[in-house]
Amino acid sequence: MTQIVLRPSQLNTLIRLLADKRYEVIAPTLRDGAIVYDRIESADDLPVGWTDEQEPGRYRLKRREDQARFGYAVGPQSWKKYLHPAEVRLWSAERQNNTFRILNNETQPARPLAFLGIRACELAAIAVQDRVLLEDKYHDPIYDRNRRGAFIIAVQCTHAAATCFCASMGSGPKARGSFDLALTELDADGNHRFVAEAGSDRGTEVLAGLEATPASVDDLQQAEATVEAAGRRQMRSIDNTGIKELLYENFNHARWDDVAKRCLTCANCTMVCPTCFCTSVEDVSDITGDHAERWRRWDSCFTLNFSYIHGGNVRASAKARYRQWMTHKLASWIDQFGSSGCVGCGRCITWCPVGIDITEEVRAIRESPASSLPLSLKDINHGNA
Amino acid sequence: MTTMAAAPKIDPMLPQQYSVREVVKETADTFTLTLESSNGTAADRFHPGQFSMLWVFGVGELPISISGDPAQHHRLVYTVRSVGQATYALVSCEVGDGIGVRGPFGTGWPVEQAHGRDVLVVAGGIGLAPLRPVIYEVLHNREKYGRLVILYGARSPRDLLYRKELTAWARQPDTQVLVSVDYGGLSWRGHVGVVTTLLKFARLQPPRSVAMVCGPEIMMRFVARDLETHGLARENIYLSMERNMKCAVGFCGHCQYGPHFICKDGPIFSYDRLRPLLEEYEL
Amino acid sequence: METLERIIAEHPFFAGFESHFPNLLTGCASNARFDEDTYIFKEGEEANDFYLIRAGRVAVEIFAPQRKPIMVATLGEGEILGWSWLLPPYHRKFHARAIEPVRAIALDGKCLRTKCEQNHDLGYEMLKRFALILEQRLEATRFQLLDVYAVR
Repeated sequence: MTQIVLRPSQLNTLIRLLADKRYEVIAPTLRDGAIVYDRIESADDLPVGWTDEQEPGRYRLKRREDQARFGYAVGPQSWKKYLHPAEVRLWSAERQNNTFRILNNETQPARPLAFLGIRACELAAIAVQDRVLLEDKYHDPIYDRNRRGAFIIAVQCTHAAATCFCASMGSGPKARGSFDLALTELDADGNHRFVAEAGSDRGTEVLAGLEATPASVDDLQQAEATVEAAGRRQMRSIDNTGIKELLYENFNHARWDDVAKRCLTCANCTMVCPTCFCTSVEDVSDITGDHAERWRRWDSCFTLNFSYIHGGNVRASAKARYRQWMTHKLASWIDQFGSSGCVGCGRCITWCPVGIDITEEVRAIRESPASSLPLSLKDINHGNA
Repeated sequence: MTTMAAAPKIDPMLPQQYSVREVVKETADTFTLTLESSNGTAADRFHPGQFSMLWVFGVGELPISISGDPAQHHRLVYTVRSVGQATYALVSCEVGDGIGVRGPFGTGWPVEQAHGRDVLVVAGGIGLAPLRPVIYEVLHNREKYGRLVILYGARSPRDLLYRKELTAWARQPDTQVLVSVDYGGLSWRGHVGVVTTLLKFARLQPPRSVAMVCGPEIMMRFVARDLETHGLARENIYLSMERNMKCAVGFCGHCQYGPHFICKDGPIFSYDRLRPLLEEYEL
Repeated sequence: METLERIIAEHPFFAGFESHFPNLLTGCASNARFDEDTYIFKEGEEANDFYLIRAGRVAVEIFAPQRKPIMVATLGEGEILGWSWLLPPYHRKFHARAIEPVRAIALDGKCLRTKCEQNHDLGYEMLKRFALILEQRLEATRFQLLDVYAVR
């Protein structure tokens, strides 16, 4: 695939080209002190010259010294906001005497969406959700519809947040394939530009509408190096060797009690996680009782009633619920879908109000795996990070 | 691995309209409903052990095991115990009422694996309902199976389901029906005690038996343990598990049990797969 | 017509007994019959026998004031009825009522106790087997107590 160089102002041309093809362009924007995804009209709506500082339980935006368009990592939202929406009406029904009629009135999205600024970890997350929602025993028509129309413009990460660990999860920082277009932002030498490549016929067609020069060897080398450096700068990692067995066999590890003391079961991690897919259904009817609707909403395994069956909740304690989430994400997912459910985006670490770090939890269990330690040894290990 | 009924070709999240044809009161709180499609379309064939999601207008949806004869798949039969708002709404339906049906879902009982072997059905309480299709299957295809032994435990004589059928089944050739209650009451002259106390009277050959067990989880654990003591292999003991279910198609995530989705990997599992999980608290 | 000795020797409860033990037991054994609805023994009575049920069903009951006795369990063919002969104060703790015509082998507990005191090997073998019965009954009783079919 030929790679070309674009000037920053050409981003607007790109957006216009997409709008001409009826795409609604969704991109990172700045709102309420965070970078969130929303519709944009032009490239000026991007968080130009902003970056983020992320730590466990901490997220702040800071001004950069340059005018980078994509000089930050990921924010609290993920693209599942659009592909696997938080609230969907599945169908409605109306009562007719003692029976009813279902009105399967599915709504088509108004316009197809173009996602500008998808990171490698997010691409990996989309692939993970594709596997769950499209490639298993059943097939989610809502996700399919949203997914099929979406035009994907990936952005190679040149900045790693302190909570990023995509490199250790094999999902970044370089985005490989599964995009229509990919951009790498370069600015280190004062020549602010984008190296762009197409990853599909659709992408090639759009690129063709832009006046551009082919990327030079130097451009390509810089692009490669910058992305690689972002990977090397990552401070966190998960060692995935035998992680499935590690977590399955340590079901009763003392560390779960430790994290349970900290976890608020607030469900933030599941809301920000780009691969979490759990939902619940809600049946509602209007005040006359003649009209009923079924809605699907995001749900979280951290909610107390998530596991309710007659008689009570199977996972009543915070310990059980945290353990379920982490074990599912890193271990059971492998049995269920053939890969890890985690892409190393670090959102769960940043957005946990008490700063629980999934990479740290794995390390703690790995470093003292014996699940049946004698009581005294357990006491000695308690308090070790 | 058992073969399953083909997944429905329509949107699995969209209920099909069914009408109540018959309501039979089994006990004070348990009713059997027979449903037929409202527009005359034939229901998908179901495999014994599969379940449907039944929707009552404006109230909600529940997973209920199909408890009818698989050979008569145009009628869907469900035995429902009223324990909450949604089940109460279901059992309060009358003939002619509309109910939304999705399904059939899930894996079925291993009837193929039981060909040529003795079949042991162990039911506790309403657990007899998901097992009844197996009993029909065996009795209607008698030459394919060895002995049929039905062990049924209920709380008290008043809680017994399908009483007339139990008597009829007991009269079938090569078929043994043993019933026990936890509380005998005044005029009960049968067994009193938990269902595991019936095992010693079962006339079957453990090495050539396949056991299918359904009831409260505690009961199934006790039974599976005793079946193993009696010489059945873990791979030949099957349990029907239950968890919270919202979608039945593997998307809502609620029914996960360890790595398994009860709705699509189950609800029926062999004991050798379940045994490490059954003893984990809050799994 | 099977001899008592053969019946005892072949009964699963006595499996593994040394070959001369069944002989010892036969000396303490006799045939017993109970009509339907008769009491085999009642709570509080001296416990002198235990029974090997050969046919019919026996209800184990607990006396309850102001009402009929409560049936807590039934025992059937092949099962052992009665263990109070084994441990002091040798009094029945429950009623046992034949709810069907019952044929059983009655074993003289007093006679057996004496033999067990004299022959500790025999005593140990008997205790091992009764311990197993007690364990099974206890497990079943705890399971019964859970009332698993009740609505929560």
